[in-house]
Amino acid sequence: MAAKLPKKGGVFIQMEDEIASMASIIGASWTGARAMTATSGPGFSLMMENIGFAAMTETPCVVVNVQRGGPSTGQPTMSAQGDMMQVRFGSHGDYAIIALCPASVQEMYELTAKAFNLADKYRVPVFLMADETVGHMREKILVPDKVERVDRKPLAADALPFKADADLIPGFGQFGTGHHVHVTGLTHDERGYPATTNPKLHADLVKRLVDKIENARYDMADYDIINPDAHKVFVAYGGPVRTVQQVMHDRKDKDIGFLRIRTVWPFPEKALAAFKNAQAFFVPELNLGQMAREIERHVKVPVVSIPKLGGELHTPAELIAALEAKR
Amino acid sequence: MSYEDWFRQDRLPHIYCAGCGNGTIINCTLAAVDEMGWKKEETIFVSGIGCSSRAPGYILTDSLHTTHGRALAFATGVKMANPDLHVVVFTGDGDLAAIGGNHFIHACRRNIDLTVVCMNNQIYGMTGGQGSPTTPKGCLSSTTPYGCTEIPFDLCELATAAGANYVSRWTSYHVKELEKAVKVGLETPGFSFIEALVQCPTAFGRRNKFRQVTDHVEYLKVHSLLKAKRDRMLEAGEKIPEDMYVVGELTKRSRPAMGVKP
Repeated sequence: MAAKLPKKGGVFIQMEDEIASMASIIGASWTGARAMTATSGPGFSLMMENIGFAAMTETPCVVVNVQRGGPSTGQPTMSAQGDMMQVRFGSHGDYAIIALCPASVQEMYELTAKAFNLADKYRVPVFLMADETVGHMREKILVPDKVERVDRKPLAADALPFKADADLIPGFGQFGTGHHVHVTGLTHDERGYPATTNPKLHADLVKRLVDKIENARYDMADYDIINPDAHKVFVAYGGPVRTVQQVMHDRKDKDIGFLRIRTVWPFPEKALAAFKNAQAFFVPELNLGQMAREIERHVKVPVVSIPKLGGELHTPAELIAALEAKR
Repeated sequence: MSYEDWFRQDRLPHIYCAGCGNGTIINCTLAAVDEMGWKKEETIFVSGIGCSSRAPGYILTDSLHTTHGRALAFATGVKMANPDLHVVVFTGDGDLAAIGGNHFIHACRRNIDLTVVCMNNQIYGMTGGQGSPTTPKGCLSSTTPYGCTEIPFDLCELATAAGANYVSRWTSYHVKELEKAVKVGLETPGFSFIEALVQCPTAFGRRNKFRQVTDHVEYLKVHSLLKAKRDRMLEAGEKIPEDMYVVGELTKRSRPAMGVKP
């Protein structure tokens, strides 16, 4: 980005730390700019407070987290998916975000564009939750002539800057356009003014911040359903998708289904119901079963978590062993 | 200047305690902004957390009331993304020098075109009177009940050393001087830092034998040492008393700056 942005009329700045990176993209976003930052592991932890600020102030922005082994400094150049719960719940208080997981270089490209569109549409921080496997992948990609772009809904001339429309999203009062918007991380009313001691106002605001994303989960849901009649079904996102694809390719067994998810948050739970004959869901993850627990909440059949720590992808043999162990 | 034009009348009453010095500093800053002829549409106020940082919420412009200590990082994003905007940061000693210390030195180093007005009340006023990095030695606070034993920061020396183009210090007593200093700060391309020592009767004065607000303002006045006089004293080999605050224009230079309006 440092090399390419200035040539395209953009601005790149290397901030002093990830706290500042997150802060600066929020500041940039309020001038109307599309802004993003990228990190891995510890830097993501540092961003948490300002991520909550972005959620509270409904600031569109994009954060790339190429996940590595944690906790702490952990494994700086090894693969992991240990931040899937942190991305959803890491900042204090209740809020909602959108998280996308690419499994290829092509998807890294496509989901980055999609992340900006979702951020602008829903006025929320959107996360590209890659992992080291995808981050260091080299693949041919197809760059289309035109990329779809969804812009922010502007604030109408006399509208209040934090009064939501029917879609639960307020118009965006870009800085420098005469709207005189006060943006604060404090609980605020529809004018944007601090109103921290009104219990109903706070509850309504936080509920709206969550509902505007959770209620729209199927507008943004992005997943593939393969072999919906299967009895055994893999569910995967990010790097482990590639191992499941290898298993599907090797086995060519219609009784093995695959739900591969790109929008991991908000979680598209209805997709699980597409597998009507499913007797068990198998969830390979590069963590100790973070999303497996989310899946358990939505299905009545057993969910087999296939966790893997250490920094390497599952081998196809490991997934087949897990399938065969469950009879 | 008409203050009504710059304030959000519908946000009154404000949260500041009776006798607080912050209002004086906000007025001086707005007077300077008004003198610049800047329009409300092109002026952005940014702040962090604390009493001083509530200021932008009372001003009728676009404004960003951010997280504790991070105002300068947010302001950097605003200014880099749109250099046409005038960006003024309100902050306090705790916000700027403690939790935000790293952002402070790096914003100075980048010499980014911001004007920062720091209301230094030498204590955490909003959160219960804890000692801050500028609490003077021996002063009482809720976390220094036996007197502060740490050496305080000299914020102006810090800003100068870190690379700011303009640095000056005044107090809530020096209203005219402060207004002029802010205006020079606004005019100067690059990072401008104006420290304003303020009285805080609720958290600082109460604990440190300033029975009246005016006692504290008087103290600030009497303990201000003009830079020119300080320089003369140094030349004459005289010792500068430790409890004096050097006031005046401390640094003015034109190093290359970032984010300046083209």
